[in-house]
Amino acid sequence: MQTDNLVEIRDVAFGYGARPVLKGVDLVARRGQVVAIMGSSGCGKTTLLRLIGGQIRPDRGTVRVAGQTVGELDQAGLYRLRRKMGMLFQFGALFTDISVFDNVAFQLREHTDLPEDAIRDLVLMKLNAVGLRGAARLMPAELSGGMARRVALARAIALDPMLVMYDEPFAGLDPISLGVTGNLIRRLTDTLGLTSLVVTHDVQESLKIVDYVYFVSEGVIVAEGTAAEIRASTLPYVHQFVHGEADGPVPFHYPAPAYADDLRLGARHA
Amino acid sequence: MLRRAIENLGNRTVQGVWRMGFAARFFFAVLLHSGTAFRRFGLTIREMYFTGVLSLIIVLVSGLFVGMVLGLQGYETLQTYGSEEALGVLVALSLVRELGPVVAALLFASRAGSAITAEIGLMKATEQLSAMEMMAVDPIARVVAPRFWAGVISMPLLAAMFSAMGVLGGYLVGVQLIGVDEGSFWSQMQSAVDFEQDILNGVIKSVVFGVVISTIALFEGYDAPPTAEGVSGATTRTVVTSSLAVLALDFVLTAFMFRGLN
Amino acid sequence: MNRTTLDLWVGLFVVAGIAALLFLALKVGSMNTVNTSDSYEVVARFENIGGLKVRAPVKSAGVVVGRVAAIRFDNERYEAAITLRLDKRYAFPKDTSAAILTSGLLGEQYVGLAPGGDSVKLKDQDQIRLTQDAVVLENLIGQFLYGKAQEGASQ
Repeated sequence: MQTDNLVEIRDVAFGYGARPVLKGVDLVARRGQVVAIMGSSGCGKTTLLRLIGGQIRPDRGTVRVAGQTVGELDQAGLYRLRRKMGMLFQFGALFTDISVFDNVAFQLREHTDLPEDAIRDLVLMKLNAVGLRGAARLMPAELSGGMARRVALARAIALDPMLVMYDEPFAGLDPISLGVTGNLIRRLTDTLGLTSLVVTHDVQESLKIVDYVYFVSEGVIVAEGTAAEIRASTLPYVHQFVHGEADGPVPFHYPAPAYADDLRLGARHA
Repeated sequence: MLRRAIENLGNRTVQGVWRMGFAARFFFAVLLHSGTAFRRFGLTIREMYFTGVLSLIIVLVSGLFVGMVLGLQGYETLQTYGSEEALGVLVALSLVRELGPVVAALLFASRAGSAITAEIGLMKATEQLSAMEMMAVDPIARVVAPRFWAGVISMPLLAAMFSAMGVLGGYLVGVQLIGVDEGSFWSQMQSAVDFEQDILNGVIKSVVFGVVISTIALFEGYDAPPTAEGVSGATTRTVVTSSLAVLALDFVLTAFMFRGLN
Repeated sequence: MNRTTLDLWVGLFVVAGIAALLFLALKVGSMNTVNTSDSYEVVARFENIGGLKVRAPVKSAGVVVGRVAAIRFDNERYEAAITLRLDKRYAFPKDTSAAILTSGLLGEQYVGLAPGGDSVKLKDQDQIRLTQDAVVLENLIGQFLYGKAQEGASQ
């Protein structure tokens, strides 16, 4: 069944033990789209990625990727699916004991029987796509944060996957790297025909490049829409998020007893 | 107050047993996924460099000094019975049966074991193991199993080298320094040390120690909380738990092996 | 550290380990010099074997010619039956005698073979007829005290 939806999440709930993280989430990502999943820290964004990657199974609901239900796959089926998915971890997660070249070549060497010449060409092509062909011989420890993440991106697309997931790709980058990263995500999605799922809380950068946005808060989707719709949204939570307001649906104060009582101002007058 | 202390103790014991079950399952998983470690032996050889070769210096030097001390102390005691010529026997049997496997295992646990735990713990904390999983490569087969087998293979080699250096040290002190007769040093040793009983048993012991230390080191690293304190706590636990396990197992194995010598 | 240097070091490590094992086996220990293919077995019966152990040496004229292979208790004749495994190179006359001796004063016990004069040699599974039991210290002391008491009484 050839559907246009690469990723379909229907009524998914998940919790760690007694603590519920997702309480019923519906999400769709179509082929060729860049979809952003936004929300404040700890709202379950990364959990969604792990559900799609099959690292955890939902307590309720279905997660489907390219028509297959991820939770029902056996080990071999899951590994086959993962070969068609790429994931970019928050700080790159490069293998620190091998060089940049070997990092990108890792999946090629593990999953294909290609000769070393072919692998060499492919690796250099991928590195060129992210602009780091000259850094092939460096070790991960010698890279800056932004460069490390670009290498991780090259590694993620090494096998030409159909879906790439980005976990906070903009976190902690300088303005130039921010621009470069955003640019890369959009360009690769368009030229390689991928689908990209970007989990982030960097609103400004992501709104420049995404096709569709989902807002997650307290385990449910509170808002969704195209980039333009989100920017114009008047929903309080979305508005607070997009404009970076200090107080709103997400309160400034951590729950505490009344201020006067805490300072015991009343007691002094007794 | 007492009740809470007992509750605490019970809780800790249950946690400990639960954790041991976890570790046992981990051990069997490592064995099951060892195919890659042998099919791509280069991976295992690489790990043998980091666990075995880099432990060489400490093992050889310690072996030499332990042997030299055995020579000195042994001579003092044997002299009171007029049996100085049995020095070779004393040094060789102590080393081959006990000190070689046990001390080499303790050194291995503190040097290589803690390094393995730190490395795996760090790989987990920086999401490298997760990344590998997402790239459809089983981290247990690719990262854990080669380190396990490298430890199991390196351990008996290190123990043998420790014993050999110890005998050399005993020889240097006893014969060259103190003046025990060289001929009787070696001949009495050769007639007292039996290949099957003593040397082979020593090798078996060191293989068992290798299995235990590698399993504990890998498990602690794999299970460590992904924070700085988590990894450092895991490293300490590896050294302490492996050392205790080695000493306890040594007693059990010795009781089995050297009980019925008739 | 490139691949070949690493392999070299690991190779050296393994070679050194095996060399250490060989050193221990040959120079420090004693590999069983007599194995079953070039040896033959004879049985000797004793009333008391003292502290004789399996794998104790069998010597003749002070030279090791074999090892004690097995120690059995014969429940019918109430004596010990020792199986000696002797090197095939050395043949002994049929009337050889076996004695359990102690090396040194308090050393380990071994079996000493004193050859007889028979022209027929011992074959595999033969029995040594003449045996001398081990000297048991308590019996010796008992004998000594008894002898002393006798001496005192007759004076």
